[in-house]
Amino acid sequence: MLRFLVRRTLGAIVILLLISAFTFFLFYAVPRDPALLACGKNCDSESVALIRHNMGLDDPIPVQYWEYMSGIVTGRDFAAGSCPAPCLGYSFDDSAPVWDTLVDRFPTTLSLALGGGAVFLTVGLGAGLIAAWKRGTWVDKTFSSLSLVLSSMQIYFVGPLVLALLVYNNEILGQPSYVPFTENPVEWFSGLLIPWCVLSVIFTANYTRMARATMIEQLQEEHVRMARAKGMSGRTVFFRYAWRGSLIPIVTIFGVDMGSLFGGAIITEATFALPGLGTLAVDSVQELDLPMTMGVMLFAATMIVIFNIIVDATYALIDPRVRLS
Amino acid sequence: MTTSRPPTSPAETDPGDPFLSVRDLGVRFSTEDGVVRAVDGLSFELRRGQTLGIVGESGSGKSVTMLTVLGLHEPRTTEVTGQIRLDGQELVGAGERTLQRLRGNTMAMIFQDPLTSLSPYHTVGRQIAEPYIKHTGASRRQARARAIEMLDKVGIPRAGTRVDDYPHQFSGGMRQRAVIAMALVCNPDLLIADEPTTALDVTVQAQILDLLADLQQEFGSAIVLITHDLGVVADVADDLLVMYAGRAVERGPAAEVLRSPQHPYTWGLLESVPRLTGDVDQPLAPIPGAPPSLLDPPPGCPFHPRCAHRQRVPGDACATERPELPVGRGAACHLSLEQRRTHVIEHRQPGLG
Repeated sequence: MLRFLVRRTLGAIVILLLISAFTFFLFYAVPRDPALLACGKNCDSESVALIRHNMGLDDPIPVQYWEYMSGIVTGRDFAAGSCPAPCLGYSFDDSAPVWDTLVDRFPTTLSLALGGGAVFLTVGLGAGLIAAWKRGTWVDKTFSSLSLVLSSMQIYFVGPLVLALLVYNNEILGQPSYVPFTENPVEWFSGLLIPWCVLSVIFTANYTRMARATMIEQLQEEHVRMARAKGMSGRTVFFRYAWRGSLIPIVTIFGVDMGSLFGGAIITEATFALPGLGTLAVDSVQELDLPMTMGVMLFAATMIVIFNIIVDATYALIDPRVRLS
Repeated sequence: MTTSRPPTSPAETDPGDPFLSVRDLGVRFSTEDGVVRAVDGLSFELRRGQTLGIVGESGSGKSVTMLTVLGLHEPRTTEVTGQIRLDGQELVGAGERTLQRLRGNTMAMIFQDPLTSLSPYHTVGRQIAEPYIKHTGASRRQARARAIEMLDKVGIPRAGTRVDDYPHQFSGGMRQRAVIAMALVCNPDLLIADEPTTALDVTVQAQILDLLADLQQEFGSAIVLITHDLGVVADVADDLLVMYAGRAVERGPAAEVLRSPQHPYTWGLLESVPRLTGDVDQPLAPIPGAPPSLLDPPPGCPFHPRCAHRQRVPGDACATERPELPVGRGAACHLSLEQRRTHVIEHRQPGLG
């Protein structure tokens, strides 16, 4: 297990290096000059050059990349002061340290991901299991067609609809907002309730379909029939045998989904104006804020990679065949 | 003596009720393409301590019949008619709870593929112990001891430690032994073995068959052995039922059926098996064609489109009239007994029976 984790961590570092290099060089492919943008109106070539120098943009791109990457490990010294490791630089836009901004934005995204994940995992799997248990009946058909309809309900359609119905027209719930859990758990919950549910619509529909499909597939397995032939009750067969085999595909998808949600739910955050990593990513890209873009990108990629490792480690818990090899 | 009714059938000479009695069993599946008559008017009986071999091509209804006995068919799409009596108890239409009490306890089944019959997620010991706990109310510790005992009995070395292994740590032969241990853990009175040896190599096959015979002697269980290996049947079966297109086409004591088969389909089966004592230059004679679709079985004798002997039956009886299977020893065929006897003498095949 330790060897596995070490190997996977090394692999993850390689992947992150590739992603960072790709993002960095891609940024310079954009035909706009961040220095010119920062300079504003009334700008002469001298001040642009100065700004460019201060931003470090006058060095060759590979040198910039090297300084950026080594700063993550060792920290960097800027004219304005030193930036301790992990140094992701300062925002071109408002000069705030990128790392601090990420730390500041992450709780919103984390809350959104955890709450949304809890909703779509329980509702989606629950509905999928019920549909599989009652397969072929009207319950199954209702759930299946409902999930088909819901899986095409985009957030930017459902979000405003829910806001119009529950917030603007009827004032059942307040405007979605982020209040830190440590500050006020009740407001944290009520402020995020709508985003959680709206974020979960498509996920729920997909998890319902996936859980139903894998359970039905598992129920046709020979060893599941053998369990019935042994006289095991329907519930035992369903949960102890079929469900166990369905866990691997479900855990895989769930890990990938959570990994990407931890890096920011861009559409949901934008729809409800929540200050998370997703909105940060969009803003920094629009502002040509290279350090911030790199920071969000690397953070999101790290989350996905970490969750992939967690998923692989979970396989060993679920499937004894993975443990030995 | 008429061909259709021998003077004494086993049912009349042997006192006492058979342990398993299937009468006029019909199994129909509704599919998108129509109704499949997987089993159509099947009857047979089996006594304690006896082994019934069921042979036939894939799709002849062997496995479906046995799944129906266990009640493992999908109830929503399957229609079962007729009678299945196990020790006097009617199983057709019996409730799921009743069937659950019988399955794994009074009647147990060994499926054909040992590699997929065991759940990869639970230890072998747990899977063997599970039905024992359910049916006898034993504690976990007792059930574990019982699982070790069973593994030992089916010939797994160091059963005390292997009991905690997962199926993937077992070889194919060991897995099939574990499946047999699982089926036998509650000393079932009826054991249904669906091709228990096809997935195994020949040396292991013989060991498994010996094992089944030993266990039968010990517990006096009735065994149904589904197979398409006629050599296996010759070794272990007391009675033999030949199935074709969901019907029994021939039945009788196994040795007799193999020595003097009376149905052209049985002839075909026997002639398509190579023989050690046979002439190496003589080619095998496979049955031409494929089994009929059970969505739309041929009228009359279901075998007639593939039968090489239908011209010898006067008129078009083969294509229009369904031949009856006589009670006891006999075959469902329009050929006269004399014609069949001549064929058997002409094509006498030494080696089997």
